[in-house]
Amino acid sequence: MPELIKAKEPFNFCTRLHLSELTGLRASTLGQFLTLIKEVPGSCIYHHTHRFLQQHQYLSPEPPNDFAFWITDILGEDELGERLISIDTIQYSNISALRQVIVSTIEDYLIANPLAKIKFARSGEEFHFIKSVSFILPTNYRAYDLGEFIEILEKVTIDSIYFHIFESRLRLEKKTNDFSFWIENSIGDKILADKISSFDPYTYTLDNLRYKIIQEVKKIIL
Amino acid sequence: MAKIEEYIPLVGQAVIDDLKLLGQRLDKKVVQHINSTPVGGGVAEILNRMVPLLIELGVDTKWDVIKGGEQFFGVTKKFHNALHGRNEDIVKRDFEIFMETSQQNIKDLNVYGDIVFIHDPQPIVLVNKKADNKWLWRCHVDVSSPNEKVWRFLMDFISKYDSAVFSAPSFSRKLPIRQFLIPPSIDPLSDKNKDLPQEVIDAVLRKYDLKKDKPMITQISRFDRLKDPVGVIEAYLQVKKYTNCQLVLAGGSADDDPQGAKVLAEVKEKAKQDPDIHILLLSQNDIEVNALQRASDVIIQKSIREGFGLTVAEALWKGKPVVASNVGGIPLQIKHKYSGLLCHSVQGASFAIKQLLSSPAYANKLGENGREHIKNNFLITRHLRDYMLLFLSLYHPEDVVYLN
Repeated sequence: MPELIKAKEPFNFCTRLHLSELTGLRASTLGQFLTLIKEVPGSCIYHHTHRFLQQHQYLSPEPPNDFAFWITDILGEDELGERLISIDTIQYSNISALRQVIVSTIEDYLIANPLAKIKFARSGEEFHFIKSVSFILPTNYRAYDLGEFIEILEKVTIDSIYFHIFESRLRLEKKTNDFSFWIENSIGDKILADKISSFDPYTYTLDNLRYKIIQEVKKIIL
Repeated sequence: MAKIEEYIPLVGQAVIDDLKLLGQRLDKKVVQHINSTPVGGGVAEILNRMVPLLIELGVDTKWDVIKGGEQFFGVTKKFHNALHGRNEDIVKRDFEIFMETSQQNIKDLNVYGDIVFIHDPQPIVLVNKKADNKWLWRCHVDVSSPNEKVWRFLMDFISKYDSAVFSAPSFSRKLPIRQFLIPPSIDPLSDKNKDLPQEVIDAVLRKYDLKKDKPMITQISRFDRLKDPVGVIEAYLQVKKYTNCQLVLAGGSADDDPQGAKVLAEVKEKAKQDPDIHILLLSQNDIEVNALQRASDVIIQKSIREGFGLTVAEALWKGKPVVASNVGGIPLQIKHKYSGLLCHSVQGASFAIKQLLSSPAYANKLGENGREHIKNNFLITRHLRDYMLLFLSLYHPEDVVYLN
């Protein structure tokens, strides 16, 4: 095994826990939904596009965002639901860009399908807007080289992986995920950093993502 | 009572480590829970489990109970039904009785918490004692379409709290205070949910003269109209035409539930027509509830309204197929045709039960999926985490909170 490079700065693992804050805002029609999508806090957009990642860590038929699920299952607008599911979230570097693409997708659809605007969700099936409140805590885990890094990565919670991959990039608007940033800047391995940032994390479960990153690092150090 | 370390085999070391990290950040705060009954009903059950665990995690947690006579609890039961949307004749005198007892509790009950956590409407007026401490109101009731007269009355008090907590998104409405979504949970190590040896289950079946070789449909609930026990019997009688099965309606009564006896009498009357209907009064016998759930082929929860419906989570945790009404917090626990079957009527319930009894492989699959969903989202460890985050949120108004 080659000697491992000591990092300039250690990687401090954090974890991210969240609370769901209710807004009392609800939509019964696509028209109301569109109006609210434009107005609700960015934390709502974040919640409804990322909730599935932490809540459904097992095989689930639930589509990967709440907006698409409601539009498909409750309003019966399958085509619009499909367009919303297909939004490539990894392409957007902040919540406002993600919100904009959701808005324009719905607006384009309504121009072509104006009758969709008058469909009603029955009582009890309205869309309820919820905000995500994140609490970020440092853990006791700290890695000084890639060996320690994967050893810790094997045992941290999926919440920690979630934070460093998803939240720090999109919600905290860093340009890349925390792991790639550290590997490039503190270990000096740009190739490995680029490799990890090239994954589309939205297509993995968090445990699969953990495994995938560990495999890539092992290729370098073992 | 289980220690926090005993949950590690079920949820993993890292989850418990996170809870300890949160507990450390609350070590200077006293959290005082206040509700209306020390036993009976879901609120007391959750507090009985959570309070010792919060203390073990380093959160100085206390639990006090208000006092109230028969008249007061008669009124709060009416309020409860009215908040669930039922027609109740609520008169001026009811509000007076509620306020008289509340004033007495304000006088008698010592409020000392840095964070005062009020559960349900019964102790809601205590907020009039608010000083510079933080106050939380936890609504365990389905208030998606409440009686507006009662809701408006309560709003005068709700608006004085720092935050409110609801169990399902559909219960929320625009409020002048912050409101959070925290579904309740079950404790996998409690007598009601822990694994049981087959001989314990068999003994309970023998005790209540239940047949081991006859499909068993069970609803575990207080005898309360909102749980629709009569509707359950009607659904069962429909199923009985096709499958020779037995029905168990089992439940106790809470101290704050004066209408229970009346409903029980009606149910007994209705059950007379079929010897395979078993009405069981289980007074806080959690092992027996556990055994009945494990011995059942189908669990039903045909509530008309439901605060959350923890009996659904209990049944799913045991891998049982569940038929339940699409109300309150139940759709959070059951995704239709994936982790159980949802229904809206007696006919729908009987159709779903028939389906499950005649397709055991499908029934098993729904039960397995249900258990996984409960494991991920509705165990007490998730609830402990949410409560500690809620306490921290009182001191952090922002959407992204850094706890160094």
